[in-house]
Amino acid sequence: METLSPRVSSRGRAEVHAELKLEDETFLTDDFLRHLINVGEVDILVGLPTHNNAKTIGSILQTIQNGVLKAFPRERAVIINADGGSHDGTPDLVTGISIDDVRPASNLYALRTLHSISTKYASSPASGVALRTILAAAELLRAKACIVMSPESANIDSEWVSKLLRPVYCDGFDLVTPTYRRHKFEGLLTTNLLYPMIRALYGVRIREAYTPEFGFSSRLGGQFLNQNNWNDGTGAGAELRFTLAAITSGYRICQSFLGEKEHVERRGADLVPVLRQTVGALFPALESDFPVWSRVTGSQPVPTTGSEQEVRLEPMRVNRKRLREMFSTGVAELESVFQSILSPSTLGELQRIARLGEEEFHYSAELWIRTVYEFAASYQKSVISRDHIIQALAPLFRGRALTFLMENRNSSANEVEKHIEGLCLEFERLKPYLLEMWKSRE
Amino acid sequence: MREMIISELTQAMHELARGFAHYLPRLIVMLILAFVGWVIAYVAKVILRSILRLIKFDKLSENAGASQLLTKAALPSATEVLSRFVFLVTWLGFILLGVSVLGILGLQEQIARFFLFLPRLFVAMFIMFFGLLAASFFSRAALLAAVNANVPSPRVISFAVRSIIIVFVMSIVFEELGLAEQTTLVAFGIVFGALMLGLAIAFGLGGKELAQRFLEKKFVRGKKEENEDELSPL
Repeated sequence: METLSPRVSSRGRAEVHAELKLEDETFLTDDFLRHLINVGEVDILVGLPTHNNAKTIGSILQTIQNGVLKAFPRERAVIINADGGSHDGTPDLVTGISIDDVRPASNLYALRTLHSISTKYASSPASGVALRTILAAAELLRAKACIVMSPESANIDSEWVSKLLRPVYCDGFDLVTPTYRRHKFEGLLTTNLLYPMIRALYGVRIREAYTPEFGFSSRLGGQFLNQNNWNDGTGAGAELRFTLAAITSGYRICQSFLGEKEHVERRGADLVPVLRQTVGALFPALESDFPVWSRVTGSQPVPTTGSEQEVRLEPMRVNRKRLREMFSTGVAELESVFQSILSPSTLGELQRIARLGEEEFHYSAELWIRTVYEFAASYQKSVISRDHIIQALAPLFRGRALTFLMENRNSSANEVEKHIEGLCLEFERLKPYLLEMWKSRE
Repeated sequence: MREMIISELTQAMHELARGFAHYLPRLIVMLILAFVGWVIAYVAKVILRSILRLIKFDKLSENAGASQLLTKAALPSATEVLSRFVFLVTWLGFILLGVSVLGILGLQEQIARFFLFLPRLFVAMFIMFFGLLAASFFSRAALLAAVNANVPSPRVISFAVRSIIIVFVMSIVFEELGLAEQTTLVAFGIVFGALMLGLAIAFGLGGKELAQRFLEKKFVRGKKEENEDELSPL
């Protein structure tokens, strides 16, 4: 282990007494460390992980700078860009954008310097490594409050900076997760699995436990940096583990409504990688957090600024036929895999609904929850390769998504919310089933 | 005449007694070795069975697909089979050691060959087990990938992956055992070649449209097929 102690720079900048425990082969480059030492201590840090975001990074960066200048003109701030090997010159754009580009346009003036530093953490993107780099920089610079922003969000507003930072910097919260205004059929994995399951197991009603935008305190960042297991390569799902670490360690958590959520590029096809990043992070966490979640009953809301959830209702084109086909094909073709994971009754019920026509098709909440809980218990037991268990969930999730779409086809915002709440309560009600399986499989 | 017969009989009895006296200690040694071997083999079996249960070998064997083969052959669990196999091989080794003490000409050479063959047998078994494990893992990976990519006939792809790996593994196993090396080599060439030719023909004839769609999707811009979920999961 190596200890870094950057000291006084010759130009009279503030002394930095940050100590950072690093792996034998330090993952921060010398150049990056030199830049950090030159910056000295800061009050606010904005982390910006990128990979080939040249098209949008300019406007995003200016929005962030704008937000910092507006909300925190007296604070020392730095923007840390952790780049995953961009080939389109994204890092150059980050370091090239001057604070003076923002000032005349917005008539804003900072009393301190706003630095922008870019570092390439790897030759290919890895969200976990990017987060680790940002956390390490935050610890080195003794940042009091930090946020991570995603360049994939198309409509970042300068207000987002304030909404995510202020609860940490001014109100003493340790984690600020966002809530968004989204279409009722967007984020189905979040509404049908992540939110209800985390709520039922950990007892905390966080709408967006896996999010590319969040704010956090130096205490939480430092603890996670030093306690998280970073040896799993890309560190996929580190954002979710970060939220779970905040819950299990009893940190103060709140939510902040950011507004509309739009992606730069419309995505949806890559379900398996998304499952790996989310469910693939949640299931192993259940193993280590068992002493915590096994004692939790019910759930508590977290303080929220603004709306907890806003729903758009305009019509959306969805290929329902394809969802049903992929579900039915998955259930039929993966029978041998499901036999290792699911109980005979659950598998039998899935096979029954797989034979139903599109209009009669109904993947009930109870069956879905039993499926998810049995997957979690099988993951803990490693009945087959853990990655295969995660992959096998994809066709079943499509089936559940189809039922959610059909149930809420003509629903109002309140009715959608009611259905999600009903699902959450079912997850909570069936929690003993998971505990029973967890213990019986030990 | 009578005396001669008595003398010959006496001599024969003496020789028999001498021979018996000569072989008796060796026989006793053989029996002792067989008994000691049984005890050692039994202890080895118990220890191995405990270790295999501890490391959940049955589960591993189930994943490898070996358990299914054993069930079909009405054999006990993989742990039990392996424990019994080690017991028998160990005991047989001691018995053969005892037999070699008897000094029966011709038998010693066969016994020596048996002992030389044992390590190869173990290596072959080791290769076969992990080969089956690899075949099971990769065929399941192919099945999941094909299902999630909505590729037609995922089970055929999975079966092809499993078959190719098993053919490879069996050829290595036979080579390790030194069984009909030439025959194995030729058989492997024929099976593998036939498999590849079969796949090529199947893909060329049956998968013509699939190949066309795949190539169009890959290289023709603007012709984006409706094969995505329009929904963002997060």
